[in-house]
Amino acid sequence: MKFTIQVNTGPYTHQASDSAYQFTRAAIDAGHDIHRIFFYHDGVNNATEYSVPPQDDRNLQQLWSSLAAEHNLDMIVCVAAAQRRGILDEGESKKNGKSGVNIAPGFQISGLGQLIEGGVQSDRLVVFGD
Amino acid sequence: MSNTKTFVYINRKAPYGTVYALESLEVVLIGAAFEQNVKLVFMDDGVFQLTNAQDPEGIGMKNFSKTYAALGDYDINQIYIDQQSLDDRGLTIDDLQALVYEDEDDDWNEKSSIHLVNREQLSDIIDSADVLLNF
Repeated sequence: MKFTIQVNTGPYTHQASDSAYQFTRAAIDAGHDIHRIFFYHDGVNNATEYSVPPQDDRNLQQLWSSLAAEHNLDMIVCVAAAQRRGILDEGESKKNGKSGVNIAPGFQISGLGQLIEGGVQSDRLVVFGD
Repeated sequence: MSNTKTFVYINRKAPYGTVYALESLEVVLIGAAFEQNVKLVFMDDGVFQLTNAQDPEGIGMKNFSKTYAALGDYDINQIYIDQQSLDDRGLTIDDLQALVYEDEDDDWNEKSSIHLVNREQLSDIIDSADVLLNF
């Protein structure tokens, strides 16, 4: 089955990002296809490379980035949601006169059309977080 | 795009206080370009999103409620309001802005996009969804 995953909450306050990550991994292990993972609302905060949780805690951004690298996943961060919350790639940072770039490896900034396209192309769109 | 799916967007939250109403509307408007079968549901505090005469300036927010009036131009004309949610909040249909579209199959007559539904009808709408997005 082909899945698109939507993640709507940031890491650590809620379990939704953990659950989405675990679901994605389980789906891949079971032989399913992950068409796309789309980060929306506060979910865009999963994409910051500047997060530094304690060493004995899981690092959700790194978990997502590794999973993406391992399985060549398409991980999209909504551009409007990301700009509101300070998640910037090189282009957006320059364009808006900011000094840093914090988007982590494996995440790409794109538009909401990618969410809709995911819904159209996939057998299931599974949403995590509210 | 060849395949058409039914997208049901359920709007459950007040227009201000959280970002969900605004970010839901953004998805709906962008999604309109994909020419899917789109149904919008407003229930729980989500019915407040369509109330008339919103004036959020005092809380430093932009009044985006005018944007809903454009939905008809995007061919989004299946808008369902949960009657029970209106009743629970002491609202009637007259407290909501009118949302209309021009029916191309009926000489472009202007028609209301809004349908009041009960919980049973709501259940059928949810059941009709290929893609269900809750905001």
